[in-house]
Amino acid sequence: MRELLVIFFGVVLVNNYVLAQFLGICPFLGVSKKVDSAFGMSVAVIFVMVMATAATWPIYQYLLAPNGLVYMNTIVFILVIAALVQLVELVLKKYIPGLHKSLGVYLPLITTNCAVLGVTLLNIEEGYNLLQSVVNAFGAGVGFMLAIILFAGVRQRVDTADVPKAFKGMPIALITASLMSMGFLGFSGIVEGIFGK
Amino acid sequence: MKNLKILWNGILKENPTLVLVLGTCPTLAVTTQAINGVGMGLAATVVLICSNIMISLLKNLIPDKIRIPCYIVLIAGFVSVVDMLLNAYLPDLHAALGIYIPLIVVNCIILGRAEMFASKNTVVASAMDGIGMGLGFTLALTVIGSIRELLGSGTLFGVSVTAGLFDPISIFSQPAGGFITFGCIIALVNWLTKSSAEKRKKRSGMACATCAGCDGCKEEGGEEEQ
Repeated sequence: MRELLVIFFGVVLVNNYVLAQFLGICPFLGVSKKVDSAFGMSVAVIFVMVMATAATWPIYQYLLAPNGLVYMNTIVFILVIAALVQLVELVLKKYIPGLHKSLGVYLPLITTNCAVLGVTLLNIEEGYNLLQSVVNAFGAGVGFMLAIILFAGVRQRVDTADVPKAFKGMPIALITASLMSMGFLGFSGIVEGIFGK
Repeated sequence: MKNLKILWNGILKENPTLVLVLGTCPTLAVTTQAINGVGMGLAATVVLICSNIMISLLKNLIPDKIRIPCYIVLIAGFVSVVDMLLNAYLPDLHAALGIYIPLIVVNCIILGRAEMFASKNTVVASAMDGIGMGLGFTLALTVIGSIRELLGSGTLFGVSVTAGLFDPISIFSQPAGGFITFGCIIALVNWLTKSSAEKRKKRSGMACATCAGCDGCKEEGGEEEQ
């Protein structure tokens, strides 16, 4: 249990995918203009990350690795993710139209979110078992949510601020992200401090 | 002549990183050292050229509704090839770039160019676009990498430069330094091209909407299906 907590809090705070590992920067910069849409996007990301990990881990361990097809993993994983996103969209549309309406726009975007492909590949690289992988994927999603919602909140205020002309738009957003990333640096070591190494 | 214009367009006028603000993940992640920036840029360039050529060759064969998955599989194939080649011949670079090599698959520059350029243009023009965009990406990564390496560890391409002048500012090797360097460079580009700054701002706002764009089309396509 302690081990799972270390993985979870480690990936949410210390190795935050967006602010420390640079995965999923595109949606982080693109869908963070409003807090509402940031929330919708991150819920969809958490969902797909967990599903994708639960699907790719067995495929890798029981299909690719025993047959010496490890070199195919990038192609197989991205196909699984693309198919999964389509499937999730169809299922949501049919059975939970309300949720589909609020998440629908964000779902197709997720195929090209490198955090999703990244988490599936990193789980294999780290040698996690299935449970650890799913916890890691969930934590990565929660970390993404934390970062993007905080960032969207700051950005809404920066929009109304008097920013030098050249810095308007993307540059000031990147500098905001830099300051947030510095803030997250403060978490390093905290997880080991609480749970023991 | 026209092809040369396409080439320059990719390198300067529509630089994918600094003007269109695409492919930000590798831009920030691997640029702690200039040499990694060059390596990443060239790897992506190879994939971009190959995928642009293949997609413009196959543009009439790929059904419109499932084009995005087709493009992704093609791109993933080329990425796997590059991954294996780097692993075999440049193992140090392969280790330094790590997870970001397979992640070239989801680099929005490549899918974006496939969707916006290669699927509509001739093979030669698409190849030139691939070269131009790839070199533009490499150039931006090298510049960011050089700045971060110089400030963050006092070296340039591994050669010590600033020894005795100032102590390296280690924050520039950290993620925070990556964001701030990238932000300042985009601001500098905006400032240098002041006259068309408004137009550029509009375009950079579109940036992630573009990678969203190709998926947006897919969504429409998906709806048509039902």
